[in-house]
Amino acid sequence: MIVAGCDVGSLTAKAVILDENTILASQIIQDAPEPETSARQVMDLALKQAGISMDSIAYCVGTGYGRNQIPFADAVESEIFCHGKGAQWNDASIRMVIDIGGQDAKAIRLDAHANVIRYIYNDKCASGTGRFLDVMADALDIGIEEMGRVSQTSKSPVTISNQCVIFAETEIISLVNEGKPMPDIISGLHRALAHRVAALAKSIELEEHITFTGGVAKNPGMVASLEAALGRNLIKTGLDPQINGALGAALIAQKTIQGKS
Amino acid sequence: MIVAGCDIGSLTSKAVILNNKNVLGYCVIRSKSKPEESAREVFKLALKKAAVHEEQIMYCVGTGYGRNKIPFIQEAVSEITCHGKGAQWVLPRVRTVIDIGGQDCKAIKLDKEGTIQKFITNDKCAAGTGRFLEVMAKLLGVGINGLVGLTVGTNQEPLTLSSACTVWAQAEVIHHLNAGKSKGDIAEAINRAMAARVAILVGNVGLEKDVCMTGGVAKNTGVVRHLEKLLGVKIKRLKFDPQIMGAFGAALIAKQMFTGKNS
Repeated sequence: MIVAGCDVGSLTAKAVILDENTILASQIIQDAPEPETSARQVMDLALKQAGISMDSIAYCVGTGYGRNQIPFADAVESEIFCHGKGAQWNDASIRMVIDIGGQDAKAIRLDAHANVIRYIYNDKCASGTGRFLDVMADALDIGIEEMGRVSQTSKSPVTISNQCVIFAETEIISLVNEGKPMPDIISGLHRALAHRVAALAKSIELEEHITFTGGVAKNPGMVASLEAALGRNLIKTGLDPQINGALGAALIAQKTIQGKS
Repeated sequence: MIVAGCDIGSLTSKAVILNNKNVLGYCVIRSKSKPEESAREVFKLALKKAAVHEEQIMYCVGTGYGRNKIPFIQEAVSEITCHGKGAQWVLPRVRTVIDIGGQDCKAIKLDKEGTIQKFITNDKCAAGTGRFLEVMAKLLGVGINGLVGLTVGTNQEPLTLSSACTVWAQAEVIHHLNAGKSKGDIAEAINRAMAARVAILVGNVGLEKDVCMTGGVAKNTGVVRHLEKLLGVKIKRLKFDPQIMGAFGAALIAKQMFTGKNS
């Protein structure tokens, strides 16, 4: 039985097509202005990759910021729940998910059955979300996907004293003008964001087995900084961390249809 | 006796030349990258306006963010003290001073003698500071002083900004612009959002009448009007430029210090 999950976030849309225990297709696109369009586009790409048509999808669950605007979703589920499911499917030992998205950050604690015990999220303040790095990448005139690589040659990361995105932006412009090396600035930014998100996660108490999801988790500099800030090694599942929410949605779709039949 | 006060802020620098109780001259300039340079320039301009030579200044007090870098001062005093001093001299019954600067916001509570009882500062988050308005004005394609003009004759159905965060509010403003909303209505929403943040800070310090506002943002009548509505009080207007209140307070303290040392 083939099912699908579709995660329409603030910046990107993701779709996963699942056949029993096999991921047939997974796609990520930049959002179109309308959530409906993003959902259709990403799902079309995933269907094409899987070589099937929409009729073959027995059930589809939508999630993410734009979940209520996905025209083809049979049901919707919160990202919190989906991230928990997705992470534990990858590695059953995972008890905590830290997800940094384009406009929010979440920490979710799970029991052994992927039930959510406690969670916390920040979407009130841009600092501590993916937007922090987006704004800084713009200010530094560097691609967001390059930041991880560039940061790796840093010898002495700078300290960013401002928490607020607006103030930190001014601060890094002065650091550039002072001639601080780019790797040290970027590494300092990773540390600053990691510190904020770690504080959020610690407020609900850390678990032993933690994984890091969302687009920001693809940045190796952020992974290293978050590990340092948490004082824990993160579990790397080998799967693209950005599709975790859509995968969880697909798993919920699967469970729903199994329950119905 | 001629004294001076010099207030080097993050965005603007101010200098006031005082002869006993009379302001001989003052000047406000945009701050330069180096506080020393800002201080020298604004001081020179204020002296020129006052038609006074530097040697005639008996005592000078510095204040503001860059106060420790001002080369020609005898003493540096915190902005809190200077704003309190300046505001109380102008309005003797004032008990709460709301000072909104380029990158911070302070609520200061004074007792009858003008002594500071309590104060709260926000300099961690751009929301509720002059920077918020600056960012928003830029989005609307006007200068920071242009927001007031935009709100004249605005709609009956007010727009709102749901996010306090400057970054998220920016996205909301862009959304409103793309949806074809008028700049006036958006400016009104910006002023209200700004006032809402400041009102929280004032609430935390404990509102006591009379209330006045100092700093550059006090010139934005839209923010003042929304703040009055939110706080439920009338904000007393100052007899002169609210932006120079810190420098004015510094000059008053200079006079006091000089008198104290020479009596």
